[in-house]
Amino acid sequence: MTYDESVLRTKKGVSAAGLGKRFGDRWALRGLDLEVPAGRVLGLLGHNGAGKTTAIRILTTLSTPSEGSARVAGHDVATEGAQVRRKIGVACQAATVDGLLTARANLEMVARLCHLTRAQAKQRAGELLERLDLAAHGDQLVKTFSGGMRRRLDLAASFVASPEVLFLDEPTTGLDPRSRNELWELLRERVRGGTTLVLTTQYLDEADRLADDIVVLDHGTVAARGTPSELKQRVGGDRITVAIADRSIGERARVALARFGDGEAVLEPPVAAEGTDLVAPPTRIVLRARPGLRLVEVVRALDAAGIDAHDVARRETTLDDVFLAITGPRPAAAVQA
Amino acid sequence: MSVGYVLGDSLVFARRHLAHIRQIPEKLFDVTLQPIMFTLLFAFVFGGVIAIPDGSYREYLLGGVMIQSLSFGIMGPATAIATDVREGVVDRFRSLPVARASYLIGHILAELGATLIGVTVLSLSGLVIGWGIHSSVLGAVAGYGLVALFAFSVVWLGTWLGLIVRSPDAAQGVVFLVVFPATFLANTFVPLGGLSPVLRAIAAWNPVSTLAAAVRTLFGNPTALPPDPPWPLEHAVVCAIGWSLLLLAISAPLAIRAFRRRTQD
Repeated sequence: MTYDESVLRTKKGVSAAGLGKRFGDRWALRGLDLEVPAGRVLGLLGHNGAGKTTAIRILTTLSTPSEGSARVAGHDVATEGAQVRRKIGVACQAATVDGLLTARANLEMVARLCHLTRAQAKQRAGELLERLDLAAHGDQLVKTFSGGMRRRLDLAASFVASPEVLFLDEPTTGLDPRSRNELWELLRERVRGGTTLVLTTQYLDEADRLADDIVVLDHGTVAARGTPSELKQRVGGDRITVAIADRSIGERARVALARFGDGEAVLEPPVAAEGTDLVAPPTRIVLRARPGLRLVEVVRALDAAGIDAHDVARRETTLDDVFLAITGPRPAAAVQA
Repeated sequence: MSVGYVLGDSLVFARRHLAHIRQIPEKLFDVTLQPIMFTLLFAFVFGGVIAIPDGSYREYLLGGVMIQSLSFGIMGPATAIATDVREGVVDRFRSLPVARASYLIGHILAELGATLIGVTVLSLSGLVIGWGIHSSVLGAVAGYGLVALFAFSVVWLGTWLGLIVRSPDAAQGVVFLVVFPATFLANTFVPLGGLSPVLRAIAAWNPVSTLAAAVRTLFGNPTALPPDPPWPLEHAVVCAIGWSLLLLAISAPLAIRAFRRRTQD
């Protein structure tokens, strides 16, 4: 992403060294090192319970670290909380807006608490309602809002003070695709203006599109880090996916495909069908394409082995592949969610 | 963070509470309509059968209802803060450049304000049914001063309760279970003379009785005390101030500690 060079000289981003948080005898986060220069975007990627929210809560002074230290916008989160809070904007995962106030009153209240004058607060609230497409609902009680509207209002609240560093915990969860795209554009605009952005996401696509750097968290520790393209490289090139109807021939297909793969071909775990009257979903075999591989060779090999494939396709590596390769199969709970 | 900001921010939080009341006027029912209902029920249903030796029952009743209503004032602050803590809106405030104390100060101010609105409404409805202040201006000031002191302690107690229960509903349950019997096992509605000896002893030492007797004394209303009253009722005003200060001294630090604890991590 491009940013205003002059901004970098006056602003500082986010850094952390050995950050950890323990609840009882369980470490929710451990050994997190971060270095986010001003005006850059860091994506914290992970399943539910990977430690993303804990990291955000520590960096935004909502939670105190059990070990390690972190600096945000030039101030230590543990000892200079007040200074940090003056420079950050936060949107937590649970939308933290007041249901018994109107959207406008919520924003005006936050603005007043950021010590804007009454007139400034009024103006800022109006701008943000407009900007986040909530102007038509500005005078409606927030408890009547849909999940997506609440989320947008929460984001608006995090923008009120035009913060140097913005922390967003799963900002697009619950948004429809159109709102998601609009939000991405909004965030890019902020970043172009020099804002440092730290966001968490379970959407790999989102991290890929927004983040300059990605830290993959798994069970509280860093599983991988790098730019999106570095991570993709580490996990290899394109993927070949073959869909077969009958899982019983899966192993045979896997063997037939083995020679095309750079590494092992993987038989994807069966996806639970919802309801019994549905047709069982096809079994998929995924392999990393060997360099120079042509799809037609795969089709011929399958034909020769007498395997009836529904679909044979080649696709670019997604962060999903990165994720699977690094953290292993999803825990059962995450699959159901 | 300067004191000016803390005060200014507290007022922003207090205004937020008032905005809530505008949205949900029912929030004020427990301190307005409920005491009026008790006043009317007791004045018109039981009033005829309860004899007060030193004056009219309606004059006697109001002090009791006032203390009962203030005791139920635990509910407002408890549910308000329990809701805020649960819904995560406190997290939003904590991420802003605002001293944590200002949220608590704003909450206490607003809840105290709501309680005092209730006291005003109750006094006015008392005037309508024939209650009045018969002491002096000084007595009236002292009476309302005591009421305000007790209200302040109760708001802290409610705040503490709201911070230690799991949910706003739980707070309501606890209040009902404790405050209801506590305000009936007293001289709130009936003079102690009609009670059995055991109940009379409990009621005599019940702080609610002391407070009601003190308010009645200061307002120059009938107290219906026997010629040889139990000690806490004989020294009702001093004891009532003592009880209120004791309650405040216990509940305010507990509330502050619970608030710190609930808003950490």
